[in-house]
Amino acid sequence: MKIGVFICHCGENISRTVDCPRVARVCESYPGVEYAIDYKYMCSDPGQNMIRDAIREKGLDAIVVGSCSPHMHERTFRNAAVSAGINPFLVEIANLREHCSWVHDDVEAATQKAIELVRMAIEKVKRDKPLSKINVPVTKRVLVIGGGIAGIQAALDTANAGYEVVLVEKEPSIGGHMSQLSETFPTLDCSQCILTPRMVEVYQHPKIKLLTYSEVVKIEGFIGNFKATIKKKARHINEELCSGCGLCITKCPTKKKAYNSFEEDLAFRPAVYIPFPQAVPNIPVIDESVCMYYKNGKCGMCVKVCDRGAIDFDQKDTMLVADIGAIIVATGFKLYNIDKKAADSKYKGYGEYGYGKYRDVIDGLQFERIASASGPTAGEIKRPSDGKVPKKIVFIQCVGSRDDSKGISYCSKICCMYTAKHAMLYKHKVHDGEAYIFYMDIRAGGKMYEEFVRRAIEEDDVKYIRGRVSRIYEENGKYIVKGEDTIAGMPVEIDADLVVLATAMIPQENSAALARTIGIPYDKYGFFNEAHPKLRPVESTTAGVFLAGACQSPRDIPESVAMASAAACKATILLSSDTLEREPVVAKVNEDLCAGCFYCKKVCPFGAIEVKDVKDMNGIVYKEVAYINQGVCQGCGTCTATCLSKSIELAGFNNEEIFAEIAAL
Amino acid sequence: MSANDLKATKKLQASFISPTPQTGPDQDHINSTEHIREHTIADEISERTFQDVSLCYQCGKCSAGCPVRYYMDIAPNKVVRLIQLGFYEDALKSDTPWLCAGCLTCSTRCPKEFDLAKFMDAVREIAIEKGVEIKQKNIIKFHKAFLDQIKSHGRAYEVGLVAEYKMKTMDLFQDVDSAPGMYFKGKLGLLPHNIKDRKGVKSIFKKTSGK
Repeated sequence: MKIGVFICHCGENISRTVDCPRVARVCESYPGVEYAIDYKYMCSDPGQNMIRDAIREKGLDAIVVGSCSPHMHERTFRNAAVSAGINPFLVEIANLREHCSWVHDDVEAATQKAIELVRMAIEKVKRDKPLSKINVPVTKRVLVIGGGIAGIQAALDTANAGYEVVLVEKEPSIGGHMSQLSETFPTLDCSQCILTPRMVEVYQHPKIKLLTYSEVVKIEGFIGNFKATIKKKARHINEELCSGCGLCITKCPTKKKAYNSFEEDLAFRPAVYIPFPQAVPNIPVIDESVCMYYKNGKCGMCVKVCDRGAIDFDQKDTMLVADIGAIIVATGFKLYNIDKKAADSKYKGYGEYGYGKYRDVIDGLQFERIASASGPTAGEIKRPSDGKVPKKIVFIQCVGSRDDSKGISYCSKICCMYTAKHAMLYKHKVHDGEAYIFYMDIRAGGKMYEEFVRRAIEEDDVKYIRGRVSRIYEENGKYIVKGEDTIAGMPVEIDADLVVLATAMIPQENSAALARTIGIPYDKYGFFNEAHPKLRPVESTTAGVFLAGACQSPRDIPESVAMASAAACKATILLSSDTLEREPVVAKVNEDLCAGCFYCKKVCPFGAIEVKDVKDMNGIVYKEVAYINQGVCQGCGTCTATCLSKSIELAGFNNEEIFAEIAAL
Repeated sequence: MSANDLKATKKLQASFISPTPQTGPDQDHINSTEHIREHTIADEISERTFQDVSLCYQCGKCSAGCPVRYYMDIAPNKVVRLIQLGFYEDALKSDTPWLCAGCLTCSTRCPKEFDLAKFMDAVREIAIEKGVEIKQKNIIKFHKAFLDQIKSHGRAYEVGLVAEYKMKTMDLFQDVDSAPGMYFKGKLGLLPHNIKDRKGVKSIFKKTSGK
């Protein structure tokens, strides 16, 4: 075997502490090494040409490059080798920069270490086997989980690119939190006016299959070949027959049985309901927990009034299975809400603000509903306790966010903007009212955002007070807000009629469970993790699964939409080819040795390991062994390390290669 | 582990492990002065309270809830700010640490879990050690009188405390009118109620203060 060794100076990054010419000289004398040379920038065009020319002229079979981390330029050097006719897996990188020159300052010792690192790579490359890429087929259909603005955008973009989309939404209607908003910053355009046309577009799109009131319960398979199991919850209304006339809703005798969650519990709804008048699809749901028919078998008023016979009390949850090529997760957020109902929450509440105790201490989404023209007060600002118009209103920012003591350290990002918007909306509707905002910092990064906040201060006369509120207590129907103006350095007390807390965005309740179902990583709060914070922001680390919107971190509408379009683009890139090429660095089981303990199945973070029956000549199963799905395996090597019988080998990193490396040290 | 815990642990180690004397030329690169930062009062406070003063992000929630805030010359959060910025003299001379009643409202509500009451303790200690002129002289006298009572009786003895405080300040008639009411409500016992193990308490004083 003829091996070529190429030592890169990396400008001065490596050569400052490693004597590169000497490393090349020493390595040239090793058995098997045909040619060794050093150069200032091996990754540059002349550098790559040196590699190509050397391979052709000296007839090299394999090469070792002593350079930066393989994360940086492994692909570059492999491509160079391929163009000169060498298999890309006969290229080894010795990391002389991150592992040597950057972390040492003694030239002699660093040079010695560099020589050893290169020698290890030489020993490994001698044993490397040529590998070829794995091809897997692709199902041309995208699953979008979550029907908020991010999910809607992702579904529309993917469908308009010509691919089929399955959009799954757990609520009876798509629209998400954006449908609850009154007006949106920084333009103050009406949220419903810009959202509802898109909802209708989703409903009417021939390529989109919309599954509302449904949840994803299981994801199997791998990139290009997922199999999703979706639970369609029983609406108790036949979707084909229902015309959406709404007669069942108006005639239902249980008028005020349940809190209306769309109105953030500020209003009631009957047992049969649609979340809001513009809901898509416009098909009601019967809530079993409050419907009288399910309590005592009587009533059935809706059956009587429905002339299309769409009411079906016996409807059951159904399971649908769909073949999917790519998944876009857009499950969004919920608001940090600690009141008496959520006593078992992992986050501590705000006892000092009386959150959940005083009816006029509300959160941001509740204020959105109060300010919304379609809300419970028809757009008039009235406080929940007695319906009076508040003359003094206090907004408090950073409630739940940036607060280590309550369990959330991150900045919720959108609260500065929506609080400014709230104060503005209030001042536009209550002209003689006073609006105060307690803030710690104003984070208004974004196009026209800072100008928007200044407009609230300068044009609408909103009083910004820098400082956190310590306590709120009730006194004679007023809420005394005790704060400190840290700029003026003096204490502040405001007797407010209504207090709005800008509570933090947190992930949906079941986000961690969903992440485990799909097989994607999530952080300690439950937000899904992107593959790279800068360069791969909409991809998860699991191949074929993409992220959009506030399920990844707090996001506002423009960012969610941008992310959704980006995720849709990534998904369509994936689906645009008929087969997928995968890196062949995957694990393989030696079925003769495998004892079938399936420890590997337990530790595999990607669910790549399956049970395979081994049959004798008569077709009778005589043992079970592990089988690794090459489409799913990411080559992490966890199973290899776990396997008790040493029967799993990772291609490109097998035991022989690794031991040879160690022995060379 | 939160940043607070981590910093606390580091400080804990730093305060309990005394630097080993370094000798020989090998240690020169460790001993060279460019690596050693001046040990500031902020560092000292951080070490005494096991929490880094840089934790405070100046939200002002402590000052907003402080019951004695109205009597202070500068807000409690500003004392932390002055220490953070290195204006030690202004911080140590301030009334605020001396007026702090140690009610712990600030420490309980702090979003960064910064124990401000503990911080104020450290500021008071350092102010005394540095011999800074303290405006609230009577408050130190009160503290001393209180500790004397604990030292001799093992618990607070109100009449003794009042007597000693008045002797120290020579302000004999302050609050005298409230004495009868307190006496008849049983708040002022004439004789001290000593605890059983007074020697034990004394030995604690001896160990901690050397007196």
